[in-house]
Amino acid sequence: MATGATHGERQRPSFSLKERLEARSLATPFKAKLAAVYVLITIVLLLLFAYFEFDTAFMAEWLPYIAGGVPLTLIICVGGIILATALAVFGALGRLSKNPLAQGVANFYVSFIRGTPLLVQIFFVYFALPQLAFKEQTPTFLQPFLVYDITFAAILALGVNYGAYMSEIFRAGIQSVGYGQIEAAHALGMSAGQTTRRVVLPQAVRNIIPPTGNEFIAMLKDSSLVGLAGATELFYRAQSTGKAESRAYETLAVAALIYWGLTSIFSFFQKRLENKMGRGYVRELASHGH
Amino acid sequence: MATELIRIEHLQKCFGPLQVLDDVSLKVGSGEVVVIFGRSGSGKSTLLRCINFLEEPTRGSIEVDGTRIDVGHMTRTRREKIRQIRMKAGMVFQEFNLFPHLTVMENIIEAPVTVKGESKKEATERGKELLAKVGLSEKADEYPIRLSGGQKQRVAITRALNMRPKIMLFDEPTSALDPELIGEVLTAMKTLAEEGMTMLVITHEMGFAREVATRMCFVDEGIILEEGGPTELLKGARHERTRRFLEAVL
Repeated sequence: MATGATHGERQRPSFSLKERLEARSLATPFKAKLAAVYVLITIVLLLLFAYFEFDTAFMAEWLPYIAGGVPLTLIICVGGIILATALAVFGALGRLSKNPLAQGVANFYVSFIRGTPLLVQIFFVYFALPQLAFKEQTPTFLQPFLVYDITFAAILALGVNYGAYMSEIFRAGIQSVGYGQIEAAHALGMSAGQTTRRVVLPQAVRNIIPPTGNEFIAMLKDSSLVGLAGATELFYRAQSTGKAESRAYETLAVAALIYWGLTSIFSFFQKRLENKMGRGYVRELASHGH
Repeated sequence: MATELIRIEHLQKCFGPLQVLDDVSLKVGSGEVVVIFGRSGSGKSTLLRCINFLEEPTRGSIEVDGTRIDVGHMTRTRREKIRQIRMKAGMVFQEFNLFPHLTVMENIIEAPVTVKGESKKEATERGKELLAKVGLSEKADEYPIRLSGGQKQRVAITRALNMRPKIMLFDEPTSALDPELIGEVLTAMKTLAEEGMTMLVITHEMGFAREVATRMCFVDEGIILEEGGPTELLKGARHERTRRFLEAVL
């Protein structure tokens, strides 16, 4: 380019390479640039893939087995989020309660669970509780409540863990319902319980559902920790076959892609839900005070 | 004075070290429309909110339609009495406070069904009549978000009325409204007064007071400084402070 400019036509206003690139860049839509970046990333990844000679045949062969962990992953997460939601309702109401027992228990639950690692909790439920069950001093009727199969232990650990985090989300959702709403309900003669059930919670749910979707997506990923305790879910299958066949690259890449696919699907629906509920809520706020 | 519906005796209210009400006594008879006015921070809103125990009085007693509550610990019986008073005293707020997750009709029947255990059908039928009276029949299935401020306040009035209260408390019902919407709310309140409803109204709409009030109370620095009929008070208030305030709002 520089040579072209020196060759004869000095009089014509010449643009530097930088300027021409800038002009071209301005003329290109942003989305096209973004697409170009994605294509570039894909090419780089594929090149790396080829360079390290990933065994695609092996991946194809073991894909069904690894993907076979998806149902268990989903079962654990759906169960976990249901349990977490139930616990979060109690956790949030407890933290907001004026009853010292309720508040104390809820505070302890949230603080202790949030202050300890999820992995430790999973191992505790699956490996430590059964030990208690077979101690001499443990009453026999308690034993069934201390020994769980791995699926149930996973649901329990994830549910209890996420319930603690979600307590805070639920608490914020409840607190964001205006005090005027509570006063209006009281002025109509509604009791504290009626006010909570009929006025506060239905409005809080609108604030709570979108972040709960986020928690579900986060749990999809955290559920991989359960694989370490031996649940034959997605990650366990990937890493055990990878280890056995010395193909950890391939199997973990497959698992990562499946996780990514799952979270993308749920993110898509979660975004839509969020937009829908967010709109209603903003309009409500705008109309509320004046 | 006809039958006495409200009797407030030696009411005192402190928020921490701040004394908002200082020994207020007030009696309101059946069918009276009492307009309460005064500058912001004078304690007039607190006075109204003590009647249905949205604020807990520091001293004194409140009696509404024969249910008397003194200052005291919150026992089961006391809580029940407060609920009875709240059912007898409908309240309308400055900010409407309609339930945004419920439609207009659901707002109106919520308390009769939940609190009084009425059937939905019964509450809805009465609600329809009340809604028609404020000219909002066609809005029954709308959500509050779709209503103008004036419409919201008329729904709020209807919601309170559907509990069939003995008295109505209005806490600056038109202060949050655009000027052109104030009239429709005042008209609804005027109709209510004409039907004989006992009303306590905090407002600075002196035209409304002149026309509708049977009595006016000027609240100043936590006491009822002056009260009287609207004509005498608006023309010749005894106290300098009342006169100055009226000059400012008239």
